[in-house]
Amino acid sequence: MTRPTRWDLFTGFFVAGITGFGGVLPVARRVIVEDRRWLTGPEFTELLSLCQLVPGANVCNMSVALGHRFHGLPGALIAIVGLLAAPVAIALGLGGLYAEYRTVPIVQRGFVGLAAAAAGLVFGTAIKIAWPLRGVWRSVVIAGLVVIAVDVLRAPLLPAMLVLTPFSIWLHR
Amino acid sequence: MEVLWDLARLFAQLSVLAVGGVQSVIPELQRQVVDVHHWMPAGEFAALFALSQAAPGPNLLVSTVIGARVAGMPGALVATLGMVVPSSMLILAASSVWHRYRDHRWRLRMQAGLVPVTAGLVMAAAVLLARATTSGVGTAAVVASVAALLVRTRAHPVLLLAGGAVLGVLGAD
Repeated sequence: MTRPTRWDLFTGFFVAGITGFGGVLPVARRVIVEDRRWLTGPEFTELLSLCQLVPGANVCNMSVALGHRFHGLPGALIAIVGLLAAPVAIALGLGGLYAEYRTVPIVQRGFVGLAAAAAGLVFGTAIKIAWPLRGVWRSVVIAGLVVIAVDVLRAPLLPAMLVLTPFSIWLHR
Repeated sequence: MEVLWDLARLFAQLSVLAVGGVQSVIPELQRQVVDVHHWMPAGEFAALFALSQAAPGPNLLVSTVIGARVAGMPGALVATLGMVVPSSMLILAASSVWHRYRDHRWRLRMQAGLVPVTAGLVMAAAVLLARATTSGVGTAAVVASVAALLVRTRAHPVLLLAGGAVLGVLGAD
């Protein structure tokens, strides 16, 4: 395995960010494990499971943890700035274009379809996450309670999670 | 000024609640942006969410796009930092503890308890977004077929988003 310089950290995460359409994780894995060999496959998986356990965007967490591991706090900062710089600029540009042209009928219609497709992507992701839980009644109950609390009762997330998360961890002990 | 403070508080809270990733807090984000602060209607929220998904990079870009829509460039900056900084501090703290306790059982138990909560939250997000974007048979078909294609095939998410946009332009309602 090779230890990245600070510049390597920046460019590696920059590439992952700007080429990560529809999910950065697969690209990040290719950069970190296959192309640049900062981590082995199992090391990557181990780090990923930590990043999934801690709240926040998984890839951002990974950039911070990895940057910190190799170059301390400056490394963490360099890695996350590298990851976010281009995507934030692109999102701002797209947002500006949308604000400018949102009343044009063809743009409006395009966005109706785009938004429906984005909702479909979230549905597909939800199914993928929920599928392995289908036979586990405890998990199904918790997931169902979360959907009811959030969608039907419109409960604020903080109190809902303060109740349901400890309950779920207790139930899965 | 006050709106920037609201954005900072909202996204900082979402940052530490985003278990399993940013998609988990989409329902709460929608609730706050649409119902509590009345910054935009649900349909526009869904469109901006779709826009953030179409850009490359991690899906916390939804904070950038929402922040920009609510309070321009300063809003985008405050919202993005609000989403990134708190969870980054958590991952820094956690990654130092993690190595020491990597084989402890409580870690696995916590993970087992968090997965169904994440599944429920992402499913809740899917239901909300579908409700906001489905205006007729055409959009309902887009939501359903994109979800199915994501689950059953290896179709690239960006391709699915583009397909949705094209169908919208062609007049899917």
